[in-house]
Amino acid sequence: MSTITKYQTASTAFVQEAEVFADLYGKAHPTLAAIRKQAMVAFSSRGIPTMKHEEWKYVNLTSIAQTEYRTASPADSQKLSKSDIEQYRYAGKDAILCVIENGKLNTAASTMFSIPAGVRIGSIDDFSSDATVMSQLFTHASYEEEAMVALNTMLCYSPIIIKVDAKVKCDAVIQLIFATVPGADPLLIPARVLVVVGEQSEFTVVESFHTHGSGALTCNNIVSEVVVGKAARVHYAKVQVEGEEAQHINYHKVNMARDSFQHLTTLTLGGAIVRNNLNIRLDDEHVNAYLNGLYVLNQKQVIDNHTLVDHAMPNCYSNELYKGIIGDQAQGVFNGKIWVREDAQKTNAYQSNKNLLLSNQASMNTKPQLEIYADDVKCSHGATTGQLDDEALFYLRARGIGESVARSLLNHAFAADVIEQVENETLRESLMQLLDVKLSAMQIEA
Amino acid sequence: MLLIKNLQASVEGKQILNGLNLEVKPGEVHAIMGPNGSGKSTLASVLAGREEYEVEGGTVQFLGNDLLDMSPEDRARAGMFLAFQYPVEIPGVSNANFLKTAVNEVRKSKGLTAYDSKEFLQIMKEKMKLVEMDKAMTQRSVNEGFSGGEKKRNEIFQMAMLEPTLAILDETDSGLDIDALRIVSNGVNALRDGNRSFIVITHYQRLLDYIVPDFVHVLYKGRIVKSGTKELALELEEKGYDWIKEEVAVGA
Ligand SMILES: Nc1ncnc2c1ncn2[C@@H]1O[C@H](COP(=O)(O)OP(=O)(O)OP(=O)(O)O)[C@@H](O)[C@H]1O
Ligand SMILES: [Mg+2]
Repeated sequence: MSTITKYQTASTAFVQEAEVFADLYGKAHPTLAAIRKQAMVAFSSRGIPTMKHEEWKYVNLTSIAQTEYRTASPADSQKLSKSDIEQYRYAGKDAILCVIENGKLNTAASTMFSIPAGVRIGSIDDFSSDATVMSQLFTHASYEEEAMVALNTMLCYSPIIIKVDAKVKCDAVIQLIFATVPGADPLLIPARVLVVVGEQSEFTVVESFHTHGSGALTCNNIVSEVVVGKAARVHYAKVQVEGEEAQHINYHKVNMARDSFQHLTTLTLGGAIVRNNLNIRLDDEHVNAYLNGLYVLNQKQVIDNHTLVDHAMPNCYSNELYKGIIGDQAQGVFNGKIWVREDAQKTNAYQSNKNLLLSNQASMNTKPQLEIYADDVKCSHGATTGQLDDEALFYLRARGIGESVARSLLNHAFAADVIEQVENETLRESLMQLLDVKLSAMQIEA
Repeated sequence: MLLIKNLQASVEGKQILNGLNLEVKPGEVHAIMGPNGSGKSTLASVLAGREEYEVEGGTVQFLGNDLLDMSPEDRARAGMFLAFQYPVEIPGVSNANFLKTAVNEVRKSKGLTAYDSKEFLQIMKEKMKLVEMDKAMTQRSVNEGFSGGEKKRNEIFQMAMLEPTLAILDETDSGLDIDALRIVSNGVNALRDGNRSFIVITHYQRLLDYIVPDFVHVLYKGRIVKSGTKELALELEEKGYDWIKEEVAVGA
């Protein structure tokens, strides 16, 4: 047993492990095996980022680097059943549930019979003869630039793939349930998702992250790549409700083609350390991208949302709203970069980050970054960090509402508009309920 | 019902109430008038339990309990209601949801079952009629973007919903147009049932034509310096406060 840093050195253990992974898919897919080797090189030269890296200033990965993680393998999956999963259902009884247990698809626990024509969901083995999918896999998120993407690329052994053909409207929500089942030893889970959306298709995806049961530490090392075709409409939600000790590093890369639309919501309520890296590339004209985020933290939770909205082409619109409620000694970070490249004339890009600090030991670091290289653009950003309005609190109490209920009501009011924008009603209500459960738990504790 | 004895209170180290005495019995309507800055809203705030106001001395009994020992929500649950001089805007909380929470919290404290949505809507409808309030207003966030007059009307609507034992109206008439003044006054009068009491803080005798008080008091420099019946309000309207200030100066 040794730490993740073992992957930085060509130790015997590492080479052996790498061989095992190579066997899993490398032989059948030599191109992927080649990419994976490059990722190994990239990771060993970069290593796990430390707080000295500008982009990792506030998130201490020392505990991740120093924990003796074992990388999850197929043997760590297939324990959960349908009834275990039912509690994680967020989008009604018609939803397609796809359970990814410790990084691998668990078909027995999944509910996938209602998948409409034109939609395919499976793991890499189900797509090995699909040239489109195979050529997209591992090509969007940059393992060259991001060590944790490199780590995922070299270790993930069973990518999950959703492929939607052109002109398909899928009404049933597809929920990817990432269930982490802690074991006796600390577990590193390199899970990977590729979503390929055909032209003019429309559908909703939820990624939800859960800790099922208790045990040793877990670290999710997730990479999702979403390729949105021309004029496609994608509604996407990432719901992070893992256990108190969970560590989670998430990369989410979206490529948007001409006339496409996406609405992406990231809700973070659980986990000890959560780092989200969203990278949305508006790759052609007339793209509309909405990025919303809500994080509600207590105890010593740390959330770091790094977002990049990359306007590469003219006439696009992006709108980003991130809100946070931070209590106890929790720490929030928002780093929102809007990049308007030279060609991206007539860009409209908006960003707003609003935070509520509930205790004087809670902290928030916000850094908007506008990098604008085109001259005919409309961009704005704003950030606020404040406290609960005492006047409003007194007003509610003066009407007979108890202090803790009043606080929950005000916190809810602050946060709710992020969730209200989620289009699917059942999903929206589930998220609202998750929010309220967390808010009232925070009140009871306080 | 309410018995205030020698009440002294300060805010930010500044003494505002200087030994105030007042007794309100069931069913009575007391008007409090007085120059700007004399401490009328401070009195209302202290009674409602606003924390910035430090009570330095004196006692307040409300329905036999030590009011000063109670939290703001417990005072409200016990039947105290303050119509704010400056109602607070609460973005994101709908008026209806706010009131449902409030009414049910008060009911819960009395051991009554909470109203379900249907019952609540029914009651809300009735009370809306009382203050001629538009349904759209109940869907909007509490006071957010309401005009000055709408905010005041919303206070009276809340009072009607909560059915308090003692209502303190702090300048509810300021900013109301002539029709709204009539509507608000009718709302108040409809709630006068011989047991419910009111403290009406106002600058204008005109309101007292609609809501006829049993007593009129003048609050000046943190004390009640003169009390009388509704004729006192007429006298003040005519003569202003100078003669009172002189009386106080001579007395002091
Ligand atoms: N929070 C506060 N901080 C500092 N001073 C305050 C505060 N609240 C009230 N005061 C002061 O206390 C005094 C009394 O104020 P109060 O609002 O009670 O007067 P009022 O009689 O209601 O006046 P008005 O008729 O103008 O409404 C004023 O001098 C006011 O400036
Ligand atoms: Mg006043």
